[in-house]
Amino acid sequence: MPMPFIVTCDTLAKSYRRGKVQALRGVSFEVAEGEMFGLIGPDGAGKTTAFRILATLLLPDSGSVAVDGLDVVRQYAEVRRRIGYMPGRFSLYADLTVEENLAFFAATFGTTIAENRHLIEDIYTQIEPFRERRAGKLSGGMKQKLALCCALIHAPRLLLLDEPTTGVDPVSRKEFWEMLAKLRVEYGISVIASTPYMDEAAQCDRIALMQDGAFLTTDTPRGIIGSYKQRLFRVRSGRMHALLADLNEWEGTQTAFSFGEAYHVTLAPGKDEADLRAYLVSKGHADCDVSEAKPEIEDCFMALAQTSEENEPR
Amino acid sequence: MNRDNIVIEAHGLTKRFGTFTATDHITLSVCEGEIFGFLGANGAGKTTAMRMLCGLSKPTAGTARVAGYDVATEAEKVKRNIGYMSQKFSLYDDLTVAENLRLFGGIYGMKRSEVKAKTRDVLVELDMVATLNQRVAALPLGWKQKLAFSLAVFHEPKIVFLDEPTGGVDPVTRRRFWELIYRAADRGVTVFVTTHYMDEAEYCDRVSIMVDGQIRALDTPARLKETYHAASMYDVFYALARTARRGE
Amino acid sequence: MKQFSAFLLKEFRHMGRDWRTLLILVVMPVVMVLLFGYAITTEVTQTRTAVLDPTHDYLTRRITDRIAANPFFELTATCASAEEVDALFREGRIDLAVVFAPELASAKAADASAVVQLLIDGSEPNQAAVRQGYAMQVIQEELLTASVASGEPVTDVSAQIPLINVSTRMLYNPQGKSAYNFVPAVIGMILLLLCTLMSSISIVREKENGTMEVLLASPLSPAVIIAAKLVPYFVVGMVNLLSILCLAHFVMGVPVEGSLVAFLALSVLYIGVALALGLLISTLVSTQLAAMLLSMLMIVPTMYLSGLVFQLDAMPLPAQAVSTIIPARWFMDGARRLMIQGVEVRHLFTNFMVLGAELLVLFGLSVLLFKKRLE
Repeated sequence: MPMPFIVTCDTLAKSYRRGKVQALRGVSFEVAEGEMFGLIGPDGAGKTTAFRILATLLLPDSGSVAVDGLDVVRQYAEVRRRIGYMPGRFSLYADLTVEENLAFFAATFGTTIAENRHLIEDIYTQIEPFRERRAGKLSGGMKQKLALCCALIHAPRLLLLDEPTTGVDPVSRKEFWEMLAKLRVEYGISVIASTPYMDEAAQCDRIALMQDGAFLTTDTPRGIIGSYKQRLFRVRSGRMHALLADLNEWEGTQTAFSFGEAYHVTLAPGKDEADLRAYLVSKGHADCDVSEAKPEIEDCFMALAQTSEENEPR
Repeated sequence: MNRDNIVIEAHGLTKRFGTFTATDHITLSVCEGEIFGFLGANGAGKTTAMRMLCGLSKPTAGTARVAGYDVATEAEKVKRNIGYMSQKFSLYDDLTVAENLRLFGGIYGMKRSEVKAKTRDVLVELDMVATLNQRVAALPLGWKQKLAFSLAVFHEPKIVFLDEPTGGVDPVTRRRFWELIYRAADRGVTVFVTTHYMDEAEYCDRVSIMVDGQIRALDTPARLKETYHAASMYDVFYALARTARRGE
Repeated sequence: MKQFSAFLLKEFRHMGRDWRTLLILVVMPVVMVLLFGYAITTEVTQTRTAVLDPTHDYLTRRITDRIAANPFFELTATCASAEEVDALFREGRIDLAVVFAPELASAKAADASAVVQLLIDGSEPNQAAVRQGYAMQVIQEELLTASVASGEPVTDVSAQIPLINVSTRMLYNPQGKSAYNFVPAVIGMILLLLCTLMSSISIVREKENGTMEVLLASPLSPAVIIAAKLVPYFVVGMVNLLSILCLAHFVMGVPVEGSLVAFLALSVLYIGVALALGLLISTLVSTQLAAMLLSMLMIVPTMYLSGLVFQLDAMPLPAQAVSTIIPARWFMDGARRLMIQGVEVRHLFTNFMVLGAELLVLFGLSVLLFKKRLE
């Protein structure tokens, strides 16, 4: 019987500088085999620390982590054979060519490009025209693809991708996620990836929304959106800047955030759509356009993050 | 926004590196108090174009005037009249908030009393008065970012260039940051901003999208969506950037 | 093994891509040898000499003639009084004075030490030492000839002529060619600079660029990483060693008196110590700048405490004590004795033992400190 979970993580905690900085505050989650699991949160949420513990590069202060049934602390050497790790920053040799980088990383795992070529075929054909080029001279998107190839070349059971799409343009980002989805479908490779871009959450089977070293929630993207219980309004008017200021001033507003071309507004208890309209008209926004909106992951994140937001000045 | 007063104007601005044309005849004009979104895929030539507009790099061909000065011949005057903020906030981590502000005031030749008064105003606006004597390193990311923006506009430039200012920042802080941008624009500051968040493209007055070194589209977000029959700026961007030939 | 060879290939590629640095590494030793050998020479020519000879007898005249005939000396003055000699020194017009006692000719050779006085301008100690050596040699030879001529039996030169206690350095380097002594010193410096500095930087660069994170998360063992990082600099170190040796021997005419095999063995041991030191530094710091500063911090005392710049036995005792743990001191001393003196290997037991022990300690310590994780 196959192992049901590729990763089990139990009340994982990690702090730096003798406890002054709490990077992870008791995080627990499981990732099923073949699953695409997303860690979604801003910089400083603890994503990188979680990845480094999974990749056997840091020791947890407390809690336990198993990768493919192996303890990341005691059986680290075997874990390292089974994972493909792509750190958040560019970590290839800038002075080596595309091909030399790939061949080197294949050799470190005791394999060759030819042996596992099928795994990286789709991605590698895109960068192959540049195989004589030094890795340092590639564009952001190409670098990411090469780094993915290097992490994949030894056919790992689990891919750990720390912010693979940060600083990458939306088109390359989309392509990147499509590649991951394909890997999972065709080769059953499990993936844990992190991203600060909330719109990428939809690409994952399940996501954990992270902030300040803790999970705000863990669920499928649909489940997270489904659990958003508040009524959400989409508000526009001819004078957008003034509109936001007016919304923020009103005691009936609970939250008002810009969202694409409109504002997403939630109302304080006891207020309803009619109150909102009346208020806006009284403020001179006679042309205002108010409609009920469907929440997105970002709305959910902001609603869940409200408590920690109180520490932030406005 | 004052549509009669053009503060950034580029005509056929081009930069070649050997046989490679990084920026290929771009033409645009931005008016006072406008928020201009400068979008493009990685390697489309955004950074090169922005460097030329900031007077940091000489154009191979074409002309550009920023804040009334020619970027090729009056680069120093251009630099005095613009503010710049990059993703790697240009703050000194080991200096306090006050020291950072004093330093930047000094760099732009502001008077001591002026710096002092301005420091108070800025910190009150950001609600960060308590951090005056704290080291920047100890501040949360969101605060640093807001402080970096305030530094970029500290010497009251007419134009501020923001290069991916919100990368990696949480959604709430990102929106607070845009409120700062709105306020600056309402004061008449022109904001020239690049971003990879497509929802932020919607917050701009006008947006240009660069592909392979050229500006392929330039209009208000609403009209761009109409032209490309797209539901969001993401779809507009995707439709254009997908046609890119340049692989790097 | 495949991992190791792939890693090694990568290291040589890094080196090849950064050809400017490589060029410096290869050319620098050559320049340094030439610089030390020719430019910053302590070789002394044109020693302006004065003679104070109250007796003017046969022996003192012969000595004076020999000094005058030697191209090394330039007889600039013949003085009549000690005051005159003193005045010439003060005016900086002479570097050396030979003062004969009035009764020299009649004196036995055994007493001669009391009757020939050498006065040397000591403001530049290295030159002074060389001048002293030369002058003593000339005088000694003449006294020897004189005593042979006088029919006294000569059994042992040193017993015969205690007049001049010729310094060891001069004895084994009779022409006073400074390049001879500088060759082992330059080799010692270059190997330390190259192997310690470059190997530590090369490892720390992986940390700084974030590639170490990927290497650590792979099944590569630390042993492979360490070995593959050090081997290229070992090779470059050997290339430098041999190029300096060839240059010194064939171009500058420096002899290799002792066993070449022993010299090479000592050098290999020393390179090992330098690499281990670089490895240790790389485990202690995380930026290339810090690695560079720490390496320089190691190299500077080496220059001062190895006998390269200052004479060891002239140093205060604490400094001498510290110098006993400086690897360069043991290498330079051993190399000098092997190359120039032609001492037998068994006399260098201490040098080999100290360097061997240091290699084991430094290497062991770095392997212990080498992290298999990021913390």
